Amino acid sequence: MTIEKHQHVVNISRGLVFNEGDQSLPGEAIETKTVGQVTVDSPVISARHVNVHYGEKQAIKDVSIDVAKNAVIAFIGPSGCGKSTFLRCLNRMNDTIANAKVSGSIRLDGSDIYDRSQDIVQLRARVGMVFQKPNPFPKSIYENVAYGPKIHGLAGNRADLDEIVQLSLRKAGLWEEVKDRLDNPGTGLSGGQQQRLCIARAIAVDPEVILMDEPCSALDPIATAKVEDLIDELRENYAIVIVTHNMQQAARVSQRTAYFHLGDLIEVGPTEQIFTNPRHRLTEDYITGRFG
Amino acid sequence: MTESAGHQQTTQQRVAASLRRRYAAEMRFRAYGVFAVAVGLLFVAFLFTSIISKGYTAFEQTYVAVDVVYSPELIDPAGSRLAETLQAADYQAVLRASLRAEFPQFEGRTSLRHLYGTVSNSAEQVLRDRVLANPALIGGHERVWLLAHGHIDMFVKGQIDRNLPESARPISDEEIAWVDALQTAHRVQIRFNKAFFTAGDSREPEQAGVAGALAGSALTLFMALLLSFPIGVAAAVYLEEFAPKNVWTDIIEVNINNLAAVPSIVFGLLGLAMFIQFFGLPRSVPLVGGLVLSLMTLPTIIITGRASLKAVPPSIREAAFGMGASPMQMVLHHVLPLALPGVLTGTIIGMARALGESAPLLMIGMVAFIVDVPHGLSDPSTVLPVQIYLWAQSPERAFVERTSGAIMVLLGFLLLMNAVAVILRNRFERRW
Amino acid sequence: MIVVILLLASIAFQWAKHRAISLVGGTRGIRNLHSLPAYYGMYVALWCALPALAVLGVWHLFGDRVVIGMVLAQMPLAFQNLPADQAGLLLNDLRNVVAGAIPMDTVRPEIVAAAHHWQQLNAQSAVAGGLLALSVAIIVGVLALRTVRSDLRARNRVEKMAEWALLASSGIAVLTTVGILASVLYEAIHFFHFVSPIDFLFGTTWSPQMAMRDDQVGSSGAFGAVPLFAGTLLIALIALVVSVPVGLFSAIFLAEYAVRSVRTVIKPLLEILAGIPTVVYGFFAALTVGPLLRDFGVSVGLTVASESALSAGLVMGVMIIPFISSIADDMITAVPQSLRDGAYALGATRSETIRNVVLPAALPGIVGGVLLAASRAIGETMIVVMAAGLSANLTANPFQAVTTVTVQIATLLVGDSEFDSPKTLAAFALGLVLFFATLVLNVIALKVVRKYREQYD
Repeated sequence: MTIEKHQHVVNISRGLVFNEGDQSLPGEAIETKTVGQVTVDSPVISARHVNVHYGEKQAIKDVSIDVAKNAVIAFIGPSGCGKSTFLRCLNRMNDTIANAKVSGSIRLDGSDIYDRSQDIVQLRARVGMVFQKPNPFPKSIYENVAYGPKIHGLAGNRADLDEIVQLSLRKAGLWEEVKDRLDNPGTGLSGGQQQRLCIARAIAVDPEVILMDEPCSALDPIATAKVEDLIDELRENYAIVIVTHNMQQAARVSQRTAYFHLGDLIEVGPTEQIFTNPRHRLTEDYITGRFG
Repeated sequence: MTESAGHQQTTQQRVAASLRRRYAAEMRFRAYGVFAVAVGLLFVAFLFTSIISKGYTAFEQTYVAVDVVYSPELIDPAGSRLAETLQAADYQAVLRASLRAEFPQFEGRTSLRHLYGTVSNSAEQVLRDRVLANPALIGGHERVWLLAHGHIDMFVKGQIDRNLPESARPISDEEIAWVDALQTAHRVQIRFNKAFFTAGDSREPEQAGVAGALAGSALTLFMALLLSFPIGVAAAVYLEEFAPKNVWTDIIEVNINNLAAVPSIVFGLLGLAMFIQFFGLPRSVPLVGGLVLSLMTLPTIIITGRASLKAVPPSIREAAFGMGASPMQMVLHHVLPLALPGVLTGTIIGMARALGESAPLLMIGMVAFIVDVPHGLSDPSTVLPVQIYLWAQSPERAFVERTSGAIMVLLGFLLLMNAVAVILRNRFERRW
Repeated sequence: MIVVILLLASIAFQWAKHRAISLVGGTRGIRNLHSLPAYYGMYVALWCALPALAVLGVWHLFGDRVVIGMVLAQMPLAFQNLPADQAGLLLNDLRNVVAGAIPMDTVRPEIVAAAHHWQQLNAQSAVAGGLLALSVAIIVGVLALRTVRSDLRARNRVEKMAEWALLASSGIAVLTTVGILASVLYEAIHFFHFVSPIDFLFGTTWSPQMAMRDDQVGSSGAFGAVPLFAGTLLIALIALVVSVPVGLFSAIFLAEYAVRSVRTVIKPLLEILAGIPTVVYGFFAALTVGPLLRDFGVSVGLTVASESALSAGLVMGVMIIPFISSIADDMITAVPQSLRDGAYALGATRSETIRNVVLPAALPGIVGGVLLAASRAIGETMIVVMAAGLSANLTANPFQAVTTVTVQIATLLVGDSEFDSPKTLAAFALGLVLFFATLVLNVIALKVVRKYREQYD
């Protein structure tokens, strides 16, 4: 069984992959060693042949994948597999790391985000990010949410700003809990509330894509459930990329799942299929808990 | 869908619209940073060039050649050639007679005073030594290189402008002519100023040196090190390894941190009131100076000592305890040796600070005019920074150069100590 | 004498060690001892040396006074009833004669006699003290030696003593503070017998010159310290105005913008400024910056005194730059990267991140640093002594000469000072004010900084 699958990998790794699987989505043809359908129709983000080096060490090896609109894609894989690194490539957060080098192309709505003409500030306004540990600024709740719109000049006046803040907090499901204490420091909230505040902060800038780097790993189960519900709701308006260690979480919130292993993107597919019928041996080992 | 797209369009446009302004702000902000660093570096450069350009000439000194006639009538009229007679003879008169004979153009009291003033008054001693060493010189004459007076020295080094009106400069037209004449006769030399490193203080700038102050600094630092190193290390060990966590150790800790920030002059007040007034120790001596400085450097040594003790990982302590070592054995055999490079670095830095300190030493009288080089902890002495202060207060032009020279010596020593500290840290400090 | 005692102690060490070994029947029986033999040696040696040294020390401290009392008692009556100041002079003369600084043949015969008496007593005292210490060493040493048994917990006892020594060492720091407080308070209270604290703290005229004779004008002197406080604050303010922006922005540049290689070069270069002795800054202020400012003032039509608050303040500011920049650097690097990431992820530019996120987060720490710097500026002595002048002007004009608390302390106390004139004592009152002002600043600053550090630990 395993041997057979292995051979399958060898076979397709040199071939072209077209619209494979029954839930296939149309897309362009690209050369990849990844199992499954990496492309989608009219993607928000399409990454092609991305490599990332930290000095001598190669952290991402020739990864190609599309991110679809109004859907959640989950990146899973063992620690150090490169899923977070790849996520941080999508809004160029790796730029802050001195010796990181990214090659390949990542397109957002068709334009390369690593192009010299791409403005990094503008890019990040379009691709928001939520981090592993809630990191509210040491300011009031209101200021935390209002900060993005303020620096980007999104609100014409105070009333606009109030509206954006309220809307974002509502979308993040936090409004009812904090509406009476908007002037309290954001750091005074509970962990789960802080994380939802960070999500509100991200959506206040009205991005197209939200990247989430293990957003629930520092939260307790109840707070996690709330954030997961929130992610599901946000799918209506945004494309969401979530990195998670928790496979149940990936199964619960995402429509597509990508499995990373040692810098390689091993397999991509509809979440249901990945969890019920993985096609690559490594994916299966990981899903069934034999590895990782 | 269309509405959402349209909305996003405007968001993007708005972001794009704000970019110009924001990047301009970014550039400005960065420029402030560059400017601030540049200002800081500029000050460093300005300070050093100012001091070096003023001070490098202190390491050279002007000598003039004078034909000295050792007239027997002035030195030893009786012809006894006894050592006492030769010792007691009036060599100033010998020198003056020689100068008069050689430069007859100087006439009248003022002129003669100018002429006599061109050679440093240390010349007497030089002549005396020469005669005592070789009494056969009497009756003969020879050309002797003598130390020029400070004003002449300044003039030869180009630090006095000859174009100033005579009343505005310390040397007269006559003296300038004299120097010019000597220079054309190659009888003016600028030599390395050995006396600067071997002589004590003097009222005459051309004879003043830093040897006394250096010896005083060395003695004072020795005293300070002797006290503050063992006490500082012991205190650090106690606070880091033995002290129970209670109110008392808290008080000690807060107290040490505060002490590190108490103005140094307050330590001077302590020294004056306690050591001199209450305990009756003498003024102006390295003993008291060392005591005061050791109290001042103690907090630094304790704080850095504790930091390096803290850096030794707990596993070492557990390993020692696991072998059945007592707490004292654990510290002495394992933790302290590992922390020693850090402790030493802190001590050197503390000592460097003590070397540069002057305010508290003014209080305890180490500011006196002392010619002799001190040899013991209870000899009156001064220290290098106080010597700098004293010279800086002197109105004489020639002392500016000496002051800068002394500063260069002081900075040299500080640089050396800091370099040693850095090397020590880089070579022996481990990263855990 | 000390050498003899130490010698004795080392003998005691060997003796006790051998005794311990022989108690258990030679080196093979060491296991039966509670501690290693060397600890027994150490134990007895300590007992032998410490009390003896203590006796010697006490003798040394108080013996001199006893001798002086005895010498004075033996002198002719005329000398005993001298007023206090003349008695002091006499004593000084005597001391110098005894030390050989003044030749015997230049002073009065009474003094020579007294000096001989003194020398004689000194010799006797040294012998007596030595003998006493020696006997203490031997008696206590023998007593300790007798306690050596195989179950004596020698190691524990030695270590306990060592621990006490360590505790005493850390107590020195407390003693220093107590000493400072005691000496400054004592003399200051003395001063407030002459001048009321109200006049001192709120008076606006400062002229501490006391008349030598009663008939001179202005014999009272004035001790209103307000001009000094104002001058101190003015100079400290100028220093902070220079150093805070420069220090802060260089810290920001070095921590957030500069690449590693630039940082490793520039940071030590800036820190050179921190290592330069203050007397050098004073010289620089008085001889370079002062005249420069004066000439500049002339060229733009301002009258700038050559000893001005501005030159002292400017140079002091330069001195404090590295202090502020290194504290600010620490505080900025202590701000967690996750906060920066949060701002960058929203699309903030670097300067927006610094201004809106990093600096507010680091603010408490930076404020603490600035307070420490202020305390430093207030307590700085040499720069102001050399560059700020002595005239107690009550002015806010930075181009004039002002004087500061530290300058007055230094000038009032330099040279021979008698401890009974208000002029000298005023320095201690000023010292008291200075100590408390800096203490309050330091305590607040250290507390703020510590709290800030804990926040991100």
